[in-house]
Amino acid sequence: MDSENIIVIDGQEFTFTQEETILQVAQRNGFDIPTLCFLKGAIPTGACRICVVEVEGATNLVASCSTAATPGMVVKTETQRVVRDRRTNIELLLASGFHNCLVQDLDMDSWTDFQLKSMEPKEHQGLCPAYGNCVLQDLAVRYQVKLSHFAPAETKYPIENVNPFIVRDFSRCVLCGRCVQACNEIQVNNVITFDLKGAESKIITKGDRTLKDSNCVFCGECVQACPVGALVPKDDFLEGQTPEEENRVRTTCTYCGVGCQLYLHVKENRVTKVTGVEDVGPNYGKLCVKGRFGYDFINHPARLKTPLIRENGELREASWDEALKVVSDKFSGIKGDVGPDAIGVLSSARITNEENYLAQKFTRGVIGTNSIDHCARL
Amino acid sequence: MAGLAAAFGSGAMTNPIEDLEKGEVILITGSNTTENHPVLSSYIKRAVTFKGAKLIVVDPRKIPIASFATFWLRQNLGTDVAWLNGMMHVIIQENLYDEDYVTSRTVGLEDLKRAVEKYTPEHVEGITGIPKEELIGAARLYAGAESASILYAMGITQHITGVDNVKSLANLAMLCGNVGVSGGGVNPLRGQNNVQGACDMGALPDVYTGYQKVNDVSVRERMAKAWQVETLSDKTGLKATEMMEKAHEGELKAMYIIGENPMLSDPDLNHAKECFKNLEFLVVQDIFLTETAELADVVLPSASFAEKEGTFTNTERKVQRVRKGIEPPGEAKDDWKIICELSGNMGYTMDYENSQAVMEEIAEVTPSYCGINYERLKTEGLHWPCTGTDHPGTPCLHMDEFTCGLGVFHAIEFRPPAEVPDDEYPLYLTTGRLLYHYHCGSMTMKSPGLNELAPECFVEMSSKDATEYKIGHGDRVKIASRRGEIEAKVEVSEKAVDGTVFIPFHYAGAAANALTNGALDPTAKIPEYKVCAVRIQKN
Ligand code: SF4
Ligand code: SF4
Ligand code: SF4
Repeated sequence: MDSENIIVIDGQEFTFTQEETILQVAQRNGFDIPTLCFLKGAIPTGACRICVVEVEGATNLVASCSTAATPGMVVKTETQRVVRDRRTNIELLLASGFHNCLVQDLDMDSWTDFQLKSMEPKEHQGLCPAYGNCVLQDLAVRYQVKLSHFAPAETKYPIENVNPFIVRDFSRCVLCGRCVQACNEIQVNNVITFDLKGAESKIITKGDRTLKDSNCVFCGECVQACPVGALVPKDDFLEGQTPEEENRVRTTCTYCGVGCQLYLHVKENRVTKVTGVEDVGPNYGKLCVKGRFGYDFINHPARLKTPLIRENGELREASWDEALKVVSDKFSGIKGDVGPDAIGVLSSARITNEENYLAQKFTRGVIGTNSIDHCARL
Repeated sequence: MAGLAAAFGSGAMTNPIEDLEKGEVILITGSNTTENHPVLSSYIKRAVTFKGAKLIVVDPRKIPIASFATFWLRQNLGTDVAWLNGMMHVIIQENLYDEDYVTSRTVGLEDLKRAVEKYTPEHVEGITGIPKEELIGAARLYAGAESASILYAMGITQHITGVDNVKSLANLAMLCGNVGVSGGGVNPLRGQNNVQGACDMGALPDVYTGYQKVNDVSVRERMAKAWQVETLSDKTGLKATEMMEKAHEGELKAMYIIGENPMLSDPDLNHAKECFKNLEFLVVQDIFLTETAELADVVLPSASFAEKEGTFTNTERKVQRVRKGIEPPGEAKDDWKIICELSGNMGYTMDYENSQAVMEEIAEVTPSYCGINYERLKTEGLHWPCTGTDHPGTPCLHMDEFTCGLGVFHAIEFRPPAEVPDDEYPLYLTTGRLLYHYHCGSMTMKSPGLNELAPECFVEMSSKDATEYKIGHGDRVKIASRRGEIEAKVEVSEKAVDGTVFIPFHYAGAAANALTNGALDPTAKIPEYKVCAVRIQKN
């Protein structure tokens, strides 16, 4: 082993490769350093300072996400000093907006005032839609941060709710910059940036237009990246979040040939949300507007629910037994009278491999012709 | 497909998607990547923005990805062979090709040299409209890269010269030693989620699974034995487009259509309708009552992807799991179960416990899938060929040699498209997809949100054309070709170039394919969706 490339984390020695950060080495070896603004695949900024650690010999705590591991470095991830610093940072973040979930611990009167005020806009009438799925909330719980020494901030920006998919609520934005990185560094759609000109920082599109009037393509990457309730899928706003009843099933997107890996979020036999699967190709969490938001068809009332048979020119409902009998009798009849080549089968790029396999087995082995094809000839 | 297979021995994407971030140059043609393969396009945009890669886009429209390009070459519709031969002419003239590679791994260079000789940049400019300096610049950039990849989609294949176009792309890639290298390759982007899988599984008239030929006796005997049937037909079956013809002529009596909607996706829709009406019996199996299902004698309701177990194979040959999240509505059933029941009714028992059992049978009869099983697909997919349960899969094809041994150059001559503008129909029409809709729209148009973002059909034209025809943004116009007529709203756009209009083909109410030309590529039988002549009139 090359003794040069060794770093000590909480008393244990680990090797590292060039260009690895402290955070990467630590995560690879199972240390749970909390992060907030860090976004995998993007260039770390170290802005939120939640991932700070103590490095022997350094006067200040360092952000582990943006500090390279160096030979002989001695790192401590959870000292008193580290914890105290993280708590202060979490408090500041909580105090910066309307984080009206249970982590608030104001005295009775101001709590009610705060709640009432934060519930003024109609989108705020329930709990924060990120409840139970919020990095800030998790951090507050992990570090037992109660917000008592700060008065809640004023709402600076109205909620933007005019596009069909994404609700932007900057009253809960912690300015971590993950959405900006997701849009510019991960999807490279270059739609949003930090507004550095105004008195208050804000995330804006070109000319501070709404997403709908910008060149946003509604990939939703920013929503998936937002660690808090500032960017939320519209359906979550309408439905509310009830994580305990929700079930997540990993599958493959049904639209284009990229084959993105995604989770179907399921509630009461309905798909209520789709998110990308991180850490695995081909998409590493990325999705496009169709994959992420185009799931309404699944539970659409127009879905076919029973077999139909044409009778006197009209289609009428029928049982499976009846419909299948009509089909098999007809196919057998034509096969016997005219021959198998009088029947053709179009299978589909929409159905599974297993189904395509059986469709051609049926065509070749049962009907007796090779006339099987599918429409999309590329 | 056919073009790549002729050159390399395999028709699939040669390299994995992630390779796109590894090459120095990326050439995209006939693919509106950001709208049709959005997530894949992010790899290209990242490569250009953060990894110093250079991008060449050759497309008749100024598609969004062109804004990332070093060269955007704008060719006249249907002139792809010409610009490709022109680039190769330059590369050969200037001796920029990879001589070692060409000598050791390919055959047919001399034929190619002879064929491209007359495609001087000046001559090519005359055919394609691409300024010769730009053609030369792009040729040098592509040839100068250590590794360069080519991406294409239906803008290349949906022409009467589709196969020639693809062979020409293969020529270019081999000439510069770019096949079988990381960050290189020739990569067809599949439009629909499981086109690759449908082909792999033998939903094609001339092959069983894994491209095993139906006219090969030993294959046929092996399949017959595996399926326990006495004989299998050795006669190549009908392609989709041929089925329509035979239906029209009355030779084909019945069709069983599973999950397709040719009544919106076929070229020349009026003709398609006549064909279906002529059938004695039509069965459609789908999740919605599509335009095609409305013509059926029997409609069978099936389960959507969210309601079933199985696998899809993506454009990079990666077999990935599909898992059931919810129960299908009403009595709708998995497509595979419906097929099994039909088969049983017709006297052949198909008895599978689940889709996993079907995959086990696929692995048994398919050499390229033989190492694939559900257990291995649990966390990540596998790229075929995967020839054993301990084989890691093959992300990159043709590494040491081509599937067919040596790569084959094809000498290709330029042929003009089947229909070109004239006095009566003075404009070119090309068709394609939009970001917010998918194929025939039967799924995406059920989403109010997607409809809000892309509510209705439009015809995209350049501002110069709009002025010439005295048409304004938002006007309603009639667009007519020799085959039909539709109405749409005008969108004056920077994406359009003079003399060419674009119409998305998703909308049933104004189906672009009522206008397009059914002329077919002689080998692949793919219709020329991408070029026809139209005229435009204000309503
Ligand atoms: S939805 Fe996509 S394109 Fe739009 S702002 Fe978010 S990341 Fe950018
Ligand atoms: S909107 Fe969300 S992701 Fe973007 S800066 Fe604010 S908190 Fe971070
Ligand atoms: S999410 Fe978008 S890019 Fe990914 S497979 Fe689905 S349609 Fe294709």
